[in-house]
Amino acid sequence: MMRGVAGRVKRYVQVASVTSVEGAVTPTDVFWDEGKRYHIDRVLDRRPAASLKVGGKGMRYLVEIAGRQSYLYYEGPAWFVEEIVRNAPVYATPPL
Amino acid sequence: MYRCDRQNTRPATGCRDGHAGSCDDDRCDSRGDDRIILHADMNCFYAAVECFRRPELRSRPVVVGGHEELRHGIVLAKNLLAKAAGIKTGDTLWTARRKCPGLVTLPPDYRLYMRYSREARAIYYDYTDRVEPFGPDEAWLDVTGSAGLFGGHAYAGRMIAREISERIKAELGVTVSIGVSWNKIFAKFGSDYKKPDAITPITRENYRDLVWRAPAGDLLYVGRATRRKLARAGILTIGDIATAPAGMLRGMLGKMGSILHGFARGEDATPVRVLDADSSTVDYAVKSVGNGLTAPHDLHDAREVRLLLYLLAESVAQRLRELRLRARGIAVTVRNGDLEWYERQAQLRLPTLLTGELADGAWNLVAANEGFDSDPDRRLQGTRAIRSLGLRAINLQPMSVATQTDLFCDEERRIRTERLEFVVDQARRRFGNTSLRRACELGDAQMSNVDIKRDNVVHPVGFFQS
Repeated sequence: MMRGVAGRVKRYVQVASVTSVEGAVTPTDVFWDEGKRYHIDRVLDRRPAASLKVGGKGMRYLVEIAGRQSYLYYEGPAWFVEEIVRNAPVYATPPL
Repeated sequence: MYRCDRQNTRPATGCRDGHAGSCDDDRCDSRGDDRIILHADMNCFYAAVECFRRPELRSRPVVVGGHEELRHGIVLAKNLLAKAAGIKTGDTLWTARRKCPGLVTLPPDYRLYMRYSREARAIYYDYTDRVEPFGPDEAWLDVTGSAGLFGGHAYAGRMIAREISERIKAELGVTVSIGVSWNKIFAKFGSDYKKPDAITPITRENYRDLVWRAPAGDLLYVGRATRRKLARAGILTIGDIATAPAGMLRGMLGKMGSILHGFARGEDATPVRVLDADSSTVDYAVKSVGNGLTAPHDLHDAREVRLLLYLLAESVAQRLRELRLRARGIAVTVRNGDLEWYERQAQLRLPTLLTGELADGAWNLVAANEGFDSDPDRRLQGTRAIRSLGLRAINLQPMSVATQTDLFCDEERRIRTERLEFVVDQARRRFGNTSLRRACELGDAQMSNVDIKRDNVVHPVGFFQS
């Protein structure tokens, strides 16, 4: 475990999404602290995937927000992101 | 993609690429009409799930153990760091902590593990419908029929194994070991051979090197006692078992001797059982569903016998519906007052999970074997009162298998009844099994008080169910 390096933590976020007639869910906005709202310009990819970095899994959306790409996970009833945090512990990849 | 290169010869028996029977290319997974069986085993399953969920634990030794306060304190699963410290499954948590200071012990969260187990199975089902779970973390897959989708060549088994392994890692965050072989026993051996996150093909060319050199105890169903017995006869490796005279093994171990002999030689031909993907059973495959009951009082006439059969059929049918299985046959056990007993079986005309059809089938069997007087009371002849009855649904098939109906039955009505019974099940789940009952059960207060379904206890079973 290292400290002082930007690590990642699991951060549940409020998300607005659109559900199609067929049931496909597309996130449209992510809400952050202080009522900040980030509009998702594009969803580039969606697939079931696990996040080894923060320990969570579900449907993983690769989203583009203001030209930057990020993963957004839909896990059961809630959404989370892998938040970048300075001074957060960085975990080694799981010892196999 | 690998492909055997000698494709011109195509004899009757050969590997999938048409090699002669003695194809010596050890990359061939199979030959001729060999099956391709995978055995997938999730590594350190409970501990792996916990470590995935909590990244901060990954660099520490972790065990999942029972609740110590309830005095269930033994190690159920461990991660590799804990294993390296010498902790074994079954150790008490107290011993484990002594072996490994700083050990993290976690209580089990079975609902979470079962969810993982289901999700892993969902991935398996993308490759074949023939998935047979063996415990929550292991499963056999028969992918013979899917080989064509992967080019149908020698390497297909390994390609499917590779893809499954990568998907489980990417989608679930845990690792699997997969064995690839032409029979279930060697596939299981392969998944145990190298851990974690490995794929081990056991082929007709390499099994003598890999399997036969392994200690006898590595073979499925060679436990401590069998191993001791074998060792006394100088049989130390799986190869020794395979090359020992079958008669000698039979003399030493009885029926198991012959079975193990076949296992060691890769002659096991047991099929991978097909289970319904929606079945609630995660832990084991079901061969039959049955209930028996000793009546509160001896049964003397046809009405009482039918009533008890109905009660039994109700429980059996309800359990069939929960397991999402249909019965193609029925077996009835009858025990009379002198404790003499017999069992009779019959095939059903149509596979069913309907209470009425099971009860009728059972009644026909009993009526054919017991003498009932012809008078309206239909009393049992002589003094042969019936003491207890058992009803078993046999030759089960998953609900998802299409059934052949026939011209002489009202199939629409059957489908409607089926739907109705599923609704009744839902009501019973919410309000208790005795909340909705048949009119015929109301005649006998004593008997209608029993709730066979609720009091039923299911014990897990092993490999030998077919």
